[in-house]
Amino acid sequence: MHAEEKMTLEKWPASPERQTLEAKNKFVGFWLFLGGETVLFASLFATYIALKDSVPKSDMALAKDLFEIPLAFAMTMILLTSSLTSVYAMYHMKNFEFKKMQLWLGITVILGLAFLGLEIYEFNHYVHEFEHTFTSSAFGSAFYTLVGFHGGHVAFGLGWIIALIIRNSKRGLNLYNAPKYYTASLYWHFIDVVWVFIFTVVYLVGMVG
Amino acid sequence: MSTMAQKKGFGAVLWEYLTTVDHKKIAHLYLIAGGFFFIVGGIEALIIRIQLLKPNNDFVSAGLFNEVITMHGTTMIFLAAMPLLLGFMNAVMPLQIGARDVAFPFLNSLGFWLFFFGGVFLNLSWFMGGAPNAGWTSYASLSIAQEGHGIDFYALGLQISGFGTLMGGINFLVTIINMRAPGMTYMRMPLFSWTTFVASAMILFAFPPLTVALFLMTFDRMFGANFFDAAMGGNTIIWEHFFWIFGHPEVYILILPAFGIFSEIFAIFSRKRLFGYSSMVFATVLIAFLGFMVWAHHMFTTGLGPVANAIFSVSTMAIAVPTGIKIFNWLFTMWGGSIKLTTPMLWAIAFIPSFIMGGVTGVMLGSASQDFQYHDTYFVIAHFHYVIVGGVVFALFAGAHLWWPKMFGQMLNETLGKITFVLFFVGFHMTFFIQHFLGLWGMPRRIFTFLPGQGLETGNFISSIGAFLMGAGTIVFLLNVVITAVKNEKVGNDPWGDGRTIEWGIPSPPPFYNFKQLPLVRGIDTYWIEKMEGRKELVPAEPLGDIHMPNNSFIPFMISLGLFIAAFGAMHHGDQGNTWGLPVLIAGLVITFGSMLTRSLKDDHGYHIHKEELIDDEDKGVRA
Repeated sequence: MHAEEKMTLEKWPASPERQTLEAKNKFVGFWLFLGGETVLFASLFATYIALKDSVPKSDMALAKDLFEIPLAFAMTMILLTSSLTSVYAMYHMKNFEFKKMQLWLGITVILGLAFLGLEIYEFNHYVHEFEHTFTSSAFGSAFYTLVGFHGGHVAFGLGWIIALIIRNSKRGLNLYNAPKYYTASLYWHFIDVVWVFIFTVVYLVGMVG
Repeated sequence: MSTMAQKKGFGAVLWEYLTTVDHKKIAHLYLIAGGFFFIVGGIEALIIRIQLLKPNNDFVSAGLFNEVITMHGTTMIFLAAMPLLLGFMNAVMPLQIGARDVAFPFLNSLGFWLFFFGGVFLNLSWFMGGAPNAGWTSYASLSIAQEGHGIDFYALGLQISGFGTLMGGINFLVTIINMRAPGMTYMRMPLFSWTTFVASAMILFAFPPLTVALFLMTFDRMFGANFFDAAMGGNTIIWEHFFWIFGHPEVYILILPAFGIFSEIFAIFSRKRLFGYSSMVFATVLIAFLGFMVWAHHMFTTGLGPVANAIFSVSTMAIAVPTGIKIFNWLFTMWGGSIKLTTPMLWAIAFIPSFIMGGVTGVMLGSASQDFQYHDTYFVIAHFHYVIVGGVVFALFAGAHLWWPKMFGQMLNETLGKITFVLFFVGFHMTFFIQHFLGLWGMPRRIFTFLPGQGLETGNFISSIGAFLMGAGTIVFLLNVVITAVKNEKVGNDPWGDGRTIEWGIPSPPPFYNFKQLPLVRGIDTYWIEKMEGRKELVPAEPLGDIHMPNNSFIPFMISLGLFIAAFGAMHHGDQGNTWGLPVLIAGLVITFGSMLTRSLKDDHGYHIHKEELIDDEDKGVRA
């Protein structure tokens, strides 16, 4: 089965993301890459935990002064929902429903953009209300690096999914682009999982002191 | 592509190598670039030894000495040993498991160019205001305070080249998981492929902490962050932890493939199956596993407390057990074998006592209470050169002689090979054996000179003479390469006559598609089995058919170039009155991400070699 072959619903296999050798390699390789990314974020979490509330002057803002539940909760729900919509997209991909897949990916992108917007608002808020900046203390450096790396991943993932939506809008699904969609959605889930840990370690733990 | 044998102009060859995605050509690139950096690092080593030849020497200044020792260590580990091993992995591993290429040929090329540009960036520091000078470990308390851009070159150069290594690791893992030939089960894989597999897994989990550490360093030095600045609430020990969480697995990433090379050599030239194959595999995995839980033995004197020191002492000493299993297996492989003392075999036999000495001093250093005495003395220098030179560099020379005919189709001269060995072996022990005692007599590491009358003159003098013998050995090797290339005598599939694994069953060098038909694997040492049953070739596992091949691409070069440019911007944007730094940083990143986007948007289906062309090749004498 050639990757670039024109597809119909009858010919569409059960696991379109793993039909060619290239696709199988991509599938395994991407999981391994996510393993490496896990270690990367683990290192950033360790740095954050080591430097949490570590500030040079006693009047500077600490975690318990900065974080508020409503905003962090809203961001969490938006990102979790975007993970769900990307699952819908993959469901439609498996059923060879190209239009619906594109639609759900579009919704995923909108949710991702909303998340990024809130994050920018949040950072802006900390900088202007609390003078909590990247350079103000080791705590600030560690906070913006951990959460910023995650935000950078979200931005990269958005660029990736948008590129896929536009590139394939005219030609539909085939065995060449199905694995591309699939790995992008895996990446999106991974970002979501990392956020769950950020929500717990940074925001929830931060609020209790 | 099937006109490889035709003569091509220099421009065409250059373009071919800039765009190649063929694992064998990428191996050539790794060997050339790694070999170049090996020579650069070697010259730096000689400068160190000339400076320490006699007391109160002024061959180089104290400041320059710091730059030379930093760059010697950094170059040898990241830019010589790693890429040379990656070169052998690229050249040999796909052949050994019966694959036509690696899983991601494009990423393979990207990995090389990232390493290359990172290495060039790091070494440009010599001409652009001074090299890094805080030691290869670049401890943060020292390195964040260094003036100039030396440390910036270190942080950014290693970052770029580290990305490349990480990609290489993922690539080899997927290749081995997905692309083994029919019948090639995990427990039939040659040991070099096994060690490549395990080392790649270690790369995957050890490099991200280095990435993070280098980012933190970059942010601290160039973007005003405060991770390591105690006055701002930072903590310099974080760097030490991350550096060694990466750094200790790194030494096993280097030594495991070296073990793999020696395992192949002992079996080939003892003309016996490797003794205790499954225990070898088990020991390899166990070393990798333990290798991740010993990093704090580099930090015994940091003050982590007696409990932490005790735990890391015990885990460190535990590594001696699987290593011992390996040593005995190699000895038993030779036991009763019909041994041929070829050049690779000489290196392999010399490796055993040399490496054991490094291992024994390793156990001594692993004892926390003793380590307080040895810490930061020449004893440590002697220890890690015994394991890295006596293990890894010996393996690089051995592997070069063993696989040279497979990679280039010509045998290196055996006489010159043995001269290389004798010079290097004698020089190595002369240089480093005495350094154990220099350390015990109280010579600290990283000092640029010493005073007369303290009993250090003779030891340092002997050590320096030994270094020149190693240099002479390397020159003989280079001479051998040139002479061999000029003579250009072609060899057949199995030039040593005793090849056991798949790579010896195909032409030297192999055709660009490696296997016309994928081989059928019926046990350990596939080719040996076929030879014992009277066949001259591998048994095919599939009928002759079309072969799918990837297209060449210039994009990996562009992605890497973009990061190279961005690094200059990042480094200078904080300089007094600098206006071009930030635009250059952004422009570089635009090139990188733009190239990635191009790769994503442009379909690249590769091409097919048709059955008829393969049959034509056979008529012309290219057999596979």
